[in-house]
Amino acid sequence: MNEVPLNHILFVSTALFFIGMFGLFTRRNMITMLMSVELILNSVNINFIAFNKYLYPDKLDGIFFTIFIITIAAAEAAVAIAIIINLYRTHQSIDVKDAEEMKF
Amino acid sequence: MSASAIIFYLISAFILGAGLLAVTTRKIFRSAIWLLFSLIGVAGLYFWLEMEFIAAVQIIVYVGGIVVLIIFSIFLTQQSGNVMQKASASRLIFSILAVCIGFLLTYFLIYPYAFKPGSNAAIAVSVRNIGLQMLSASEHGYVLPFEVVSILLLAAMIGCIVIAMKIKPEEK
Repeated sequence: MNEVPLNHILFVSTALFFIGMFGLFTRRNMITMLMSVELILNSVNINFIAFNKYLYPDKLDGIFFTIFIITIAAAEAAVAIAIIINLYRTHQSIDVKDAEEMKF
Repeated sequence: MSASAIIFYLISAFILGAGLLAVTTRKIFRSAIWLLFSLIGVAGLYFWLEMEFIAAVQIIVYVGGIVVLIIFSIFLTQQSGNVMQKASASRLIFSILAVCIGFLLTYFLIYPYAFKPGSNAAIAVSVRNIGLQMLSASEHGYVLPFEVVSILLLAAMIGCIVIAMKIKPEEK
């Protein structure tokens, strides 16, 4: 494990973060935008775990942050999907272009 | 290059390839399946980093919970075989530009930085140590965030039920 430098793990998490950003920019479907958000949260988790493992092996704080991020991501996905289902009932579509009543 | 390093690069390529396919494929159901593979790859990366507990939590919550929820909502809201609209060319070009510039900027900030590896003796990342520290009320304990996040989960659960509840029109 020690032969792989920390920078290479950070390369993976940075690339995953920007892949998620790309999805968020190009997709117009709410479920796929939610998937992109999940990818972004995962890249943050990889960072926390790698820093904990490489820089502070005597502490566990990175693990706790990862656990709390996973919990909050689950709650966020559940609320987002409830909103999406409600939107589909009223608009028959989950495209962000079709939900513009509150657009200023 | 040792076997461990080769495994790391294979897992990384798998994560990034599946993630890229998840955000570019035009069929929404395939997109969910590629997301599933990407999350499994991240769990593999945690196993490689010898964080077995986090890897198990990742598989249980993400793969077993969130992706299944997403697939259910795809079935509930539209046909799984539907092809999504292609993004317009200008949006595509500017997104690729923004993402590439952001990635290069971030990575060239990270790359020359010399991280100092931790010199203290490593402690075991066992479930026993994690549980003891998470529920301890001492200075480095995490019992307060634990309670706060439990309230958050309860609020999210009630909120989901209220938002997704169907109100019958004949009721007042």
